[in-house]
Amino acid sequence: MTATEQPAAQRPEPAAGGRRFALPPWWEKALFPIIIGVGAAFPFFFDSGGTVMGTAVLALAYTVMALGLNIIVGFAGLLDLGFVAFFAIGAYVMGWFGSLFFATINGEKGIHILVTGRAAELPGIHMNFLLILVAAVIFTTIAGMLIGLPTLRLRGDYIAIVTLAFGEIIGRVAINGDELKLFGQPLTAGRQGITPVDKIDLPFLEPFKSLNLTPWFYVALAMVAFALFVNLRLRESRLGRAWIALREDEVAAVSMGVPAVRTKLLAYGTGAAFGGMAGAFLGSFNNTVNADQFQFFFSILILGMVILGGLGSIWGVVLGAIVLTTINFYLIPDVFNTIPGRVGLDFDTTQITFAIYGFLLVIMMIMRPEGLIPERRRKQELHEAEETDSVIAARA
Amino acid sequence: MEAASLPAGPAVRGARLKSIVGTYGLIAVLLALPVYFAVFDLVNDGNLTRIGNNLVDGISNGAIWALVAIGYTLVYGIVELINFAHGEVFMIGSFTAAGLFASFGLTKDTSAIVLAVALLAIIVICMFASGILNTMIERVGYRPLRGAPKLAPLITAVGFSFILQNVGLLWRGGSPESIVDLISSQNPLFTLAGINITNGDLLSIFVTVPLLLLMTAFIGRSRLGKAMRATAQDPEAARLMGINVDTTISFTFLLGGMLAGAAGMIYALYQTTIWYFQGFTAGLIAFTAAVMGGIGNIKGAVLGGFIIGFIQQISDNRDELFGFFPLGSAWTPAIVFAYLILIMTFKPSGLLGEQTRDAG
Repeated sequence: MTATEQPAAQRPEPAAGGRRFALPPWWEKALFPIIIGVGAAFPFFFDSGGTVMGTAVLALAYTVMALGLNIIVGFAGLLDLGFVAFFAIGAYVMGWFGSLFFATINGEKGIHILVTGRAAELPGIHMNFLLILVAAVIFTTIAGMLIGLPTLRLRGDYIAIVTLAFGEIIGRVAINGDELKLFGQPLTAGRQGITPVDKIDLPFLEPFKSLNLTPWFYVALAMVAFALFVNLRLRESRLGRAWIALREDEVAAVSMGVPAVRTKLLAYGTGAAFGGMAGAFLGSFNNTVNADQFQFFFSILILGMVILGGLGSIWGVVLGAIVLTTINFYLIPDVFNTIPGRVGLDFDTTQITFAIYGFLLVIMMIMRPEGLIPERRRKQELHEAEETDSVIAARA
Repeated sequence: MEAASLPAGPAVRGARLKSIVGTYGLIAVLLALPVYFAVFDLVNDGNLTRIGNNLVDGISNGAIWALVAIGYTLVYGIVELINFAHGEVFMIGSFTAAGLFASFGLTKDTSAIVLAVALLAIIVICMFASGILNTMIERVGYRPLRGAPKLAPLITAVGFSFILQNVGLLWRGGSPESIVDLISSQNPLFTLAGINITNGDLLSIFVTVPLLLLMTAFIGRSRLGKAMRATAQDPEAARLMGINVDTTISFTFLLGGMLAGAAGMIYALYQTTIWYFQGFTAGLIAFTAAVMGGIGNIKGAVLGGFIIGFIQQISDNRDELFGFFPLGSAWTPAIVFAYLILIMTFKPSGLLGEQTRDAG
């Protein structure tokens, strides 16, 4: 932490965005237990089967996703528009290894690894949730690196397009996967979806119920804590600094000895792993792995979280994820839905979800590109152009 | 370009060899699918009618993609931005056309002369609607961000794409909609060696080719076209030479949008089905075409459009590849995107393009 912060602290702050007050250096370390503590207290105040609780679980899962994407886009500066691919792969790992999907396997008796309860008697593959998490992480890390490979020589917009293309291909495979047969088994269940999916089954605990959301909440919170911890540690690590160096100036970073290929691939792999973790969790939580879930909109939703909070800013991304999930899954469908109707417009807010996100992206980029809680370096970079412009204007 | 001014050392020769291998490799990859199915047809049917039909349909579809792809290529050439909202500008062109067909009261029974005049008026209106829309997007979304990191305008572009999709959704509903088939687009006009040339094929070629010629002449000959080329080469130097860079950029967006509008109207007439999501797919396909030809290169965009159109038709009309991989219209987008990734990986500068900064 100190190693990266000291040179910046000695540098005079840019004239435009001078800091008004300075927080003590340990504030960020204190924030971690505070946020997790507040989160842990949350279920005591809300109905364990209600909409608020459901939204909260989703918010946590999406926070993990956003923290993953933040590594790729925020830290390493590789604009990934195909993050949905990792959600899809994670969710399908959950679907394959925790449902009735492969019903004919092992002579219709099924394969069971460390599962208890009803799942242990059903046909199909049923693995313990922790094993599935590990499998999802392995699958998505490999997928992330594979997707990263073609982008290594590219920069900027081109990376965005290639990742987008990968996301769309994975989406297509998900939709049409029931035609793709491997060893006589279809790859996916297409738009019908793999359902039902096993509930999370942790050692020493009863399998989770779909009506009691509190255990789901704590599992999601634990995943957020893990993602936060990894993010915070990585940012200060050698690898994290290499990511930021590559983002700022690839040529300079490479000539200082940063291995570009390995560093970029690790960014894709790490980011993808979090996407896969959250994807597996969501597969179980939603109780279906359905091809219609894996659309471009999802990638933009997650990217919107990262941008709203502040690219590269860990706490910003957490805030962005919570705010956008609340807007997307609570405010738009439940709270504001009838407002346009009441003022005489013939649509409801769920129909203008796309436009809401579109406006949000445009407004954020024009008014406050650094996000709600900006990362200091990003902020400087984003306002650099304005300063040079004003300097030129002042000279003229 | 820089390499040419250096003495040809081994490194340069190596780079040239790599570029030649890349170009021919790309051509080989592009030819693989058509050649495979041509042989397949010869063996199974004894003639090339089926692939010939694919080729004709591919060219008329590809003409539409070419018009859209030029919009990408022009804008990328001048501001180095992938105008993500371009596909949606194309979609709005289609929707405007469909709306105008209805408000002009055109039906299948309208006499040919009235129809021709009305369609001419409609294409002009569509072109201006899309062109002005594209210019407005540039003014609101991209101009304030000139000089910001390139991530910023790309994200606003995605934002505008979403906003316009939603406009389309509210305008004509969420599912594909059949509109009046004014020109009986799938009716064969004549048959040439077993290959059907339909009304739609003819329309698409007869609208696209003059537009392309006009535009090439405009960019090559006119003052504004010269300003566009100068700005694309070096905005700073162009500014120093007294070129109003902002106006030139706005004009480029207008031109790109107009071509997209024309493409939108042809699409509506040709496919007779429109929906709000058509722009997203069309945008990606056209972008693939632009990259395939070499982004920034207009001839390349046209060539890429035709190739992509052909590949798409092959994929749409065949059941499987090499006996195990399923094809068909459900898989076509995946095939096109796979091509996009292949090109990006092995030859990011495309068939006719020069190396750009981004494509390395």
